[in-house]
Amino acid sequence: MARYEIFVTYKKGIFDPPGATAERALANLGYEGVRSVKIGKYVQLEVADGPNALTRVREMCDRLLANPVIEDYRIQVDEKDW
Amino acid sequence: VRFGVVIFPGSNCEQDVIHATRLLGHESQFIWHGDTDLSGFDAIVLPGGFSYGDYIRCGAVARFSPVMSEVMRFAEKGGPVIGICNGFQILCEAHMLPGALLRNSGLKFLCETGPLRVEDSVCQWVDLPGGTIVHIPINHNEGNYICDGETLKRLEANGQIVLRYCEADGTRSPGGSAPNGALDDIAGICNERGNIFGLMPHPERACDPDASGTDGRPFFSAIVEKLAEVAG
Repeated sequence: MARYEIFVTYKKGIFDPPGATAERALANLGYEGVRSVKIGKYVQLEVADGPNALTRVREMCDRLLANPVIEDYRIQVDEKDW
Repeated sequence: VRFGVVIFPGSNCEQDVIHATRLLGHESQFIWHGDTDLSGFDAIVLPGGFSYGDYIRCGAVARFSPVMSEVMRFAEKGGPVIGICNGFQILCEAHMLPGALLRNSGLKFLCETGPLRVEDSVCQWVDLPGGTIVHIPINHNEGNYICDGETLKRLEANGQIVLRYCEADGTRSPGGSAPNGALDDIAGICNERGNIFGLMPHPERACDPDASGTDGRPFFSAIVEKLAEVAG
């Protein structure tokens, strides 16, 4: 069993209204020099080991967990036995 | 004409569509999202709502419902399909229409009846002359349409942009007239063939004079005429 952590964010150039709002709010709180605030999604999965495990997780991202039209994702694998 | 109105778990505008289409003199029936038999239906409606709680992304789960493979097959054969609000989101998630619908740029749920401009398009669901201004309610949190530059050019060139948000006089503000921030003020698009139509506004809520006017009626009557032509 390996744990997969998936980070989904908007593609470059896609306006992220919650990120822009958080950026303005941080400025209002007095935090200077904060730029490019992006708000995304975090998905955690545990998947049975197998020769195609990572490929399968990628497929899950492409089909359901992310929308390739507007989003990018990054997968981090933790091989520790869960 | 027999309209089939698909119910997904979380749909909430199916009754409005049934009411509107029956009021206009058509037969209409519900189709459960687990059903796979579309025989006997002339047109399919994916209604508004919050299918699967809008989890993951609006429409992302509903597009894998058993009925959707049949809806795709129906559309491939040229069958008319309309997706309203959440239905539009489902059509985009299913890649039956290009682009995607993001959260409204102002982060607010919008509930208003603003002016919309009908564009000259290939859409089989609309036969109003380009430039016609209609007032149809919008009611959504994720209606901010987006697509890449190439797709936008293609939509424009092929006459696939069907409806745009506009100002009261039909013009578009240089800063954008879409209350949700939609690219190019786009409120509704269709596929190249014109049989698949997705829009954020709710024409079914503007069919009964006792409710919000009758500007939505042509969005159901045009397809009826088109189907009669094909049958005739």
